[in-house]
Amino acid sequence: MTTVFTFTIDGQAVAGSEDQTILEVAEENGIDIPTLCHLDGVKDRGACRLCVVEVAGSNKLAPACTTQIAEGMEITAHSDRLLEYRRAIIEMLFMERNHVCAVCVANNHCELQSMAEEHGLTHFDLPPISPVVGIDASHRLFAIDHNRCILCLRCVRVCDQIEGAHTWDVMQRGIETRVVTDMGKPWGESTTCTSCGKCVQVCPTGALFEKGRAVARGSKTRRPYLPYLKVVSEERG
Amino acid sequence: MSEMPAARPRPRPVTGHGGAAPEGPARVTASVCCAASCVSAQSDLILKKLGEKVAEAGLSDVAVKRVGCLGLCAAGPLIAIPETGRLLRGVTPDTLEPVVEELRSARPNGHKEAQEPFFSKQVRVATENMGTIDPEDIDDYQAHGGYEALRQVLTSMTPAEVRDEITRSGLRGRGGAGYGTGLKWTTVAKAQGSPKYVICNADEGDPGAFMDRSVLESDPYRVLEGMAIAAYAVEASEGYIYCRAEYPLAVARLRTAIRNAQRSGFLGSAIAETNFSFDIQVRLGAGAFVCGEETALIASIEGRRGTPRPRPPYPAVAGLWGKPTLINNVETYANVSSIVRNGAQWYSNIGAAGGKSKGTKVFALAGRVVNTGLVEVPMGMTLREIVYDIGGGIVDGRPFKAVQTGGPSGGCIPAEYLDMPVDYESLIKVGSFMGSGGMIIMDDTSCMVDVARYFMDFCREESCGKCPPCRVGTTELYRMLDKICSGEATMEDLEEMEKLAAIVQRTSLCGLGQGAPNPIFSTLRYFRDEYVAHIVDRVCPAGVCTIKPAEVAR
Repeated sequence: MTTVFTFTIDGQAVAGSEDQTILEVAEENGIDIPTLCHLDGVKDRGACRLCVVEVAGSNKLAPACTTQIAEGMEITAHSDRLLEYRRAIIEMLFMERNHVCAVCVANNHCELQSMAEEHGLTHFDLPPISPVVGIDASHRLFAIDHNRCILCLRCVRVCDQIEGAHTWDVMQRGIETRVVTDMGKPWGESTTCTSCGKCVQVCPTGALFEKGRAVARGSKTRRPYLPYLKVVSEERG
Repeated sequence: MSEMPAARPRPRPVTGHGGAAPEGPARVTASVCCAASCVSAQSDLILKKLGEKVAEAGLSDVAVKRVGCLGLCAAGPLIAIPETGRLLRGVTPDTLEPVVEELRSARPNGHKEAQEPFFSKQVRVATENMGTIDPEDIDDYQAHGGYEALRQVLTSMTPAEVRDEITRSGLRGRGGAGYGTGLKWTTVAKAQGSPKYVICNADEGDPGAFMDRSVLESDPYRVLEGMAIAAYAVEASEGYIYCRAEYPLAVARLRTAIRNAQRSGFLGSAIAETNFSFDIQVRLGAGAFVCGEETALIASIEGRRGTPRPRPPYPAVAGLWGKPTLINNVETYANVSSIVRNGAQWYSNIGAAGGKSKGTKVFALAGRVVNTGLVEVPMGMTLREIVYDIGGGIVDGRPFKAVQTGGPSGGCIPAEYLDMPVDYESLIKVGSFMGSGGMIIMDDTSCMVDVARYFMDFCREESCGKCPPCRVGTTELYRMLDKICSGEATMEDLEEMEKLAAIVQRTSLCGLGQGAPNPIFSTLRYFRDEYVAHIVDRVCPAGVCTIKPAEVAR
């Protein structure tokens, strides 16, 4: 028997079963909590910090994607302060690498870009870090432009948890963190990559893209398997 | 049945690595400090040579013994003669003749020489055997009350009674956050799931901190015993010690200690002839500061990338391999056997001035203080007593400026709070943090903006890169501090930095990012004028920072 909890999000009374997260219940009730690293069907990691919410009685912010619901919780998902935090985090992501929307394959199809628009990020106050990062175009079909990577690690998780190839992983730490294929080998020389393209499809920005696509033509609307990711992972337990 | 052969006396272990052991009881003992800082000044060679020289001189009633940290690292290499209370400082392998002469004439004088405040003001609990016993000799440990507590626990107490005793002692986590140890043990004991695990966090990484290293190098059995008692109390049978690989001597001694404890029946199955089983493995950290964070540490033990995950669930509920896991720091475990032996009341009576903080705390004194070294003081002792009485004051008699506690997540406490008691709550009140026990003392030659920049550089370097506020925020904050230090910043930049620091603190995933802005906040709170001097007057009051000429900067 599952226990059902009732609680409130932004004053709205909602209900969910005990194994649900705040984000899941919010989605069911049409409450939009912004996310970037979250992807239905792969495990959440609570990393991008966009979905942080305030829980009454706790002095720490909780990521909605990994926080289990509890009876009587009073959750604030939208407030001026949270908006400021979210805007600042999006700004940091823009400043971290070299995001130039005008020449990006994902222009108008980019979750980072939409997130900035939704949060009214009109200009940047922080100085850009402008690191020199590379592009790996050694794969026959796809390429990765690290200038546009926001380290959501959807590629890493989908490759490991859904495709089962574990081609992608993470190397280095802090501001030097990079996603890598086959422990740092060029993607084209990878012996584990099945060229399934799931990583490209789940990438929220133009970091992973199909070769041959022109600027602003990197639409990722063809994600036919994405609705099934959740079903697959639920079945696998 | 044939008669059992009489147990053969175990050879004294000192002979293996130098030293000398007399046939009968020793008249005097030369205890040579063989912890990392003295070893780095050749104390291992001193031990060997002194043993030879004592033998050559025919001093058959003098023992030469390897011991752990003697505390006064600034004056090392150190040799103590416990029978007379003498401490010989700055001994070198070439100046052993006077030492031999002293040993020849020394007479145990019953009353020890009047001790200087560095020693007399300390209260030693976690470090009680430090500098007294041979760190690798399990017999020596037992001769000093070692394993009495474990025997007592296994034969006459229930796990609940042990937890209750620890709870009543008021012991709090010595890794820094100060969470009630008894409460943590109870949570793990009550958590659903089996098996349960016990982990010792020995991934000490704060700059200038070496408490855990000294404990492990000087008295490793104490930590093993504390872990075994904890395992009994939470009903676990497997333990891990996660130690940073930068501590090779501590790791080697731990491994020897584990082997000896297994042989002597204090680890493994049927411990002390009871049906309690518990074993410990050592896991080495690969140089990541963030692996001191408990969820990252667990990920690292499991063989995954050492990055923290959001809590809850806490390790007490879902830790190693998803099972209930108890994680405590080295020093916390080092207090356990003393509490069991002497009682909870005894422990909570120590440091009564500390309010809700009971017992003692080990600190590593570093920086511009005369007596750099390792000290253990009762909670509630004032900073002034620690810095001036125990620490011997500031080098060259310069003015005290600030003391930095709590590592990269801590803060700088200025001179006006010198008479503040040192305990968990008081430190938080003044914008710092107990942390694991590093105390870096600074005089007027330190620039506080530069200090903040140093710690931000550390956090930037050690950020795991998982969440943007820490990964990007610490880099941005570091660059802003650098701009201030070079005289290129404006007051608007300072405002922008404060704003960003607050966001990084609020939104970061783990303690590293949440604590990273603390050095900025505390230096701004007490030394804002120094920031303003860099920006407006374009001078570094302490003369540390190189200010760029105006025409280059603007």
